[in-house]
Amino acid sequence: MMATADRTGRPVRGSWRMTALPAMIAATVVLCLSSVAVGTRTIGLADLLAGMQGATDSIGQAAVAARVPRTLLAALAGSALGLSGAIMQGVTRNPLADPGILGINNGAALAVVIGIAWFQIGTASTYIWLAILGAGLTAVFVYAIGSVGRGGATPLKLALAGAATSVAFSSLTLAIVLPRNDIAGGVRSWQIGGVGGATWDRIELVLPVLLIGAAIAMMSARKLNLLALGDDLAAGLGEKVAFARGMASLGAIMLCGAATAICGPIGFVGLVVPHLCRLLFGVDHRWLLPCSALAGAALLILSDVIGRLIARPSELDVGIVTAFVGAPFFIWIVRRQRVRDL
Amino acid sequence: MTETVTTLSALIRGRRSRATRWRGIVTGLLAVLLAGIALTLMLGQSFTPPDVVARVLMGEQVPGAAFAVGQLRLPRAVVSVLAGLSFGLGGVAFQIMLRNPLASPDIIGVSAGSSAAAIFGIVFLSLDGASLFGLSIASGLAVALLIYGLSFKGGVAGSRLILVGIGISAMINSFIAYSLARAPSWDLQEAMRWLSGSVNGARLEQAGPMILSLIVFGGLVLTRSRALEALRMGEDMAAALGVSVGATRLSVMIGAVGMIAVATATTGPIAFVAFLSGPIAARIVGPNGSLLMPAALIGAGLVLLGDYAGQFLLPGRYPVGVVTGALGAPFLIYLIIRANRTGSAL
Repeated sequence: MMATADRTGRPVRGSWRMTALPAMIAATVVLCLSSVAVGTRTIGLADLLAGMQGATDSIGQAAVAARVPRTLLAALAGSALGLSGAIMQGVTRNPLADPGILGINNGAALAVVIGIAWFQIGTASTYIWLAILGAGLTAVFVYAIGSVGRGGATPLKLALAGAATSVAFSSLTLAIVLPRNDIAGGVRSWQIGGVGGATWDRIELVLPVLLIGAAIAMMSARKLNLLALGDDLAAGLGEKVAFARGMASLGAIMLCGAATAICGPIGFVGLVVPHLCRLLFGVDHRWLLPCSALAGAALLILSDVIGRLIARPSELDVGIVTAFVGAPFFIWIVRRQRVRDL
Repeated sequence: MTETVTTLSALIRGRRSRATRWRGIVTGLLAVLLAGIALTLMLGQSFTPPDVVARVLMGEQVPGAAFAVGQLRLPRAVVSVLAGLSFGLGGVAFQIMLRNPLASPDIIGVSAGSSAAAIFGIVFLSLDGASLFGLSIASGLAVALLIYGLSFKGGVAGSRLILVGIGISAMINSFIAYSLARAPSWDLQEAMRWLSGSVNGARLEQAGPMILSLIVFGGLVLTRSRALEALRMGEDMAAALGVSVGATRLSVMIGAVGMIAVATATTGPIAFVAFLSGPIAARIVGPNGSLLMPAALIGAGLVLLGDYAGQFLLPGRYPVGVVTGALGAPFLIYLIIRANRTGSAL
């Protein structure tokens, strides 16, 4: 799985990157534009351009005004999730790590719901910190129970611990939300993630956190490369293994916690994207991380557009679409692994 | 010669005492369950004396109690017990078969498959009755076979099967979410039934299909009891003992899925009951004796108690699935840690 193309000694990877990267950037731009143009109402070029400049005279232009923040939020959340998935797979050296599968997104959602229900927290900026706290606690917790016993954190143990934890947490979320009529209407938004409610205010709130998280993530790229060699070798090369793990995880948790606080739990983006990027760009995290962020944005925008198109005139939450795209991929990865490695 | 005889008689004595102990445990659990049923019939918003309950059960029209006991409490208790038996037995059968307590049908997506079909049938096809059960069973089986097929790669490894199940279950859960979102009116009560299970609005007519499924599918699982016991020791060992592993797996899967599907189509997937019953039974019974019956009785007790607690013991009223889901969570975590540490089944 970790095979690189330059095994033969030829610098194949470099030229690949130079074609794949521009192609991916172009695809992301096209997806952004189509996300603004396509939906319940398809918008012509004239309205599109006018709407982009802030005009809201016709229905089409108003739709554009609503879709621009939505697209931006999808891009931000997608890159946060893709990046955090790539880090989690690197830190745990586990091909099935993903903030959704490990239950971390559900933990973040639970923390927010607890805050709303019991501590009367009503401001979206506090949600973000709560969600990050919840994500962090859940990550530590799931990793701890997943790595008890023989063989450490094997994919099977980690995935089971995550699946069980997320079932437990979504039950708890329901138990807290249900008797409170004032927030019960929002049950769905804590069960399925969506980017439908995007506003500029929300994006402004979450953007600094995402940027800090991404910066921490990028700084740990080199450390992740060393960790990939195995703990002993990494320590031998002078890396502080525990510190590297902790720092990279902090970045990943900030990213997925903040994304969950704004969009609700969205699964599988963090699983699919790093695997695809590894196929295209190799295993060097200095490439893998930024490319995962880009591909995550593209995947989430694509899923959102698909969700708007197939359920016309209403729409499908993006969390549902990513599950349908991602779960078969998850199964494919599972089938590729040797039983011994599970 | 005498030595062999004493060894043999010691073996026989050991087996007898284990069998007696097992029977004692099952009788005890049964007694507890019956006491629980009696209590839930007597206690509610108001207390009904036992003699009045008995008269209502005999079919007498007692003013003031006939409605509360006969129309509200009795159907609830009956449906709870039957659903609990189905979940407990179906769950433990899966756990033994796959030799992992976490491989219960509610975690690997089989319950979700039945639940999704039931929702789909109700929301999109307006089905009810036999056709709904049929659809639910068929899709539970289809999901189980799909998981089995997708994890087949020169033999089925338990670990791969569980992981494939987790993936399928994520997909099905989002389908459930989608169906609920498309339902004509977003009815929270109805949605709760399908998200976490509830016996609110239970009716006595619902008992019929579940009794039938317990007889047919439960019988199918119970007849495989010995083979399942052998499977507890591992596939190779079971095969060496003359168990046909493939055939056992198939019939246990059909039986367990059938029971769970019918119960799920009635009450929704009551969270964690299928998952918790087996391990609790294993704690009580120990290594000697079949877990099937004890787990079924424990499942029934869990649903009955969970529903009672959700109605009367907790602040606010919760459907049973929320109670079992929330209270089951700590135990679940304890189990994961324990299972990981020992690396063993049940």
